[in-house]
Amino acid sequence: MAQYETILLKNMEQPGYSGSLEDYERAGGYQALRKVLKDMQPDQVIEEVKKSSLRGRGGAGFPTGVKWGFIPKDHPGPKYLCCNADESEPGTFKDRQLMERDPHQMLEGMAITCFAIGAETSYVYIRGEFRLGAKILEKAVQEAKAAGYLGENVLGTGRTINIFVHAGAGAYICGEETALLESLEGKRGQPRFKPPFPATHGLYQKPTVVNNVETMANIPHIMNKGGEWFAGIGSPPKSCGTRIFCLSGHVNRPGNYEVPMGMPFREFIYDVGGGMRSDKPLKAFIPGGASAPFLTPEHLDVKMDFEAVAMAGSMLGSGGVTVMEEGTSMVWAALRLMEFFYHESCGKCTPCREGSSWLTQILQRIWNKQGRQGDLDLLDELCKNIAGRTICAFGEAEVGPIQSTLKYFRHEYEELIREAEATRPQSKEIPVFTH
Amino acid sequence: MLLEKFKDEVEEILSRYPVKRSALLPLLNLAQREEGFVSEPAMRDIAKVLELTPPQVFETVTFYTMFNLKPIGKFHLQVCKSLMCALVRSDDVVTWISKKLNIVPGQTTADNNFTLSVVECLGSCGTGPMMQVNDDYYEQLTEEKVVRVLDDLARDGNCHLKSGPFMFPTTSGKSR
Repeated sequence: MAQYETILLKNMEQPGYSGSLEDYERAGGYQALRKVLKDMQPDQVIEEVKKSSLRGRGGAGFPTGVKWGFIPKDHPGPKYLCCNADESEPGTFKDRQLMERDPHQMLEGMAITCFAIGAETSYVYIRGEFRLGAKILEKAVQEAKAAGYLGENVLGTGRTINIFVHAGAGAYICGEETALLESLEGKRGQPRFKPPFPATHGLYQKPTVVNNVETMANIPHIMNKGGEWFAGIGSPPKSCGTRIFCLSGHVNRPGNYEVPMGMPFREFIYDVGGGMRSDKPLKAFIPGGASAPFLTPEHLDVKMDFEAVAMAGSMLGSGGVTVMEEGTSMVWAALRLMEFFYHESCGKCTPCREGSSWLTQILQRIWNKQGRQGDLDLLDELCKNIAGRTICAFGEAEVGPIQSTLKYFRHEYEELIREAEATRPQSKEIPVFTH
Repeated sequence: MLLEKFKDEVEEILSRYPVKRSALLPLLNLAQREEGFVSEPAMRDIAKVLELTPPQVFETVTFYTMFNLKPIGKFHLQVCKSLMCALVRSDDVVTWISKKLNIVPGQTTADNNFTLSVVECLGSCGTGPMMQVNDDYYEQLTEEKVVRVLDDLARDGNCHLKSGPFMFPTTSGKSR
């Protein structure tokens, strides 16, 4: 397997690297924060990040520097930074590794971000199940505070930067940025209608930036080596840098791999991930977490960058690549994902709340060979009535697996329905009930 | 009262936020860690501390799947059933546990030691099939491993097969 130069996983790939403050400093950690506080103005930091073309690593891929630029500069009250560590998109497990193995990297990124947007308080919203990650982060925050990198009077500059770890309690939707804010305010995690956007009305209705863990982890490196350096890696001009892709499913070597953006899926799955685990060929793959529509072997030469995957009819999303071998039922796969979305729908918007239940029931009956003629049209129609009609992107996400499997594997659905029709008892007469 | 026992911790939690209600999830987490579930007296306590009405607390609790409203077994076995784990046969894990403990998902063993749940993605898709037991993850499960985990937990209350900080694949390229 070819070796790729890593940025984010570099430290933890060194033997014996524990992720402690001492180890992180020895690897050059917190130099970026020192440099930024000593030599730079907040505007310059934002400019540098804009120059890097870094795009959010959570799923939507919004340009990070532009997001920061939306924060009003003359706002008199507090501003906030929230680091989105609610990693719960099925197929994605990169943030967990970043937090558990090298927590200071993301904390340094957060401290620099706080400086850039003028925030004194920031929160890491970590999913409740990640107890180990939360403990490691809390310890890292204390270490950084004791060393003067966080807290009041950071590195003697008189500036206050506080980071608090806030654990969620098991709700996928809290990874949606406005739902995350609601949850952080101690409410049910239901997305807010946008606009207004968090940049002006976020946490406690104050200007707020919400950034993913991996996005934060990139910041110190961009500050150290410059935006232009970062913009030259990967697939410029729009998908720059490396990305940690999470490989799962029927492959030889599942796991997290940091590779330059723009690598073709074929190279990633077969060279980096060691190919299929058995002699069964690849049947379908999900390119970017459960929310991304399925792709097929004919898409293996698509490049892993935001635009190329969108052109192919899916999305790069959270970077979770799931591979399925020949013999996997696509109806079953779509049903498994649909059950997830049904369970996780927050219930705020009617099309999603009711639609996810109906879609699940219809898929269940097709899979259980009780499907009916017309069920596929019904699925099509329902999907169209959900996508784009909800407050957040969950609506599009939940119909993705169904629409894409209907597009590429319609015959599997038809087959199951045909079987159901053939085995269903046929009564010739309509029974008339009389008393 | 529950919260009086953890006075310092509660104070520290409250100090993190400019608005009291933000402390709701952390306090509920604290209550559940202490009692194993979120009891009604705990919810009333928390409501008082945060100056909320009990329904405001209750409506929030019911949104989040991690909060148990009823007591559960000493060890909560949560097996991930989402697609990525299902591809590597997570359904078998449920079968192995059911066979070993004689319970189905949603049930607790008679000795109150184990409760079995089937849950959605826990962020461990590259190391499936997996389960979470209380705070700990157990990954790359096989039948043998599951049986050992259950035996160890029942006997010692602990099992060294739990995952440490995540690193996969390891730098040597071998599984850990």
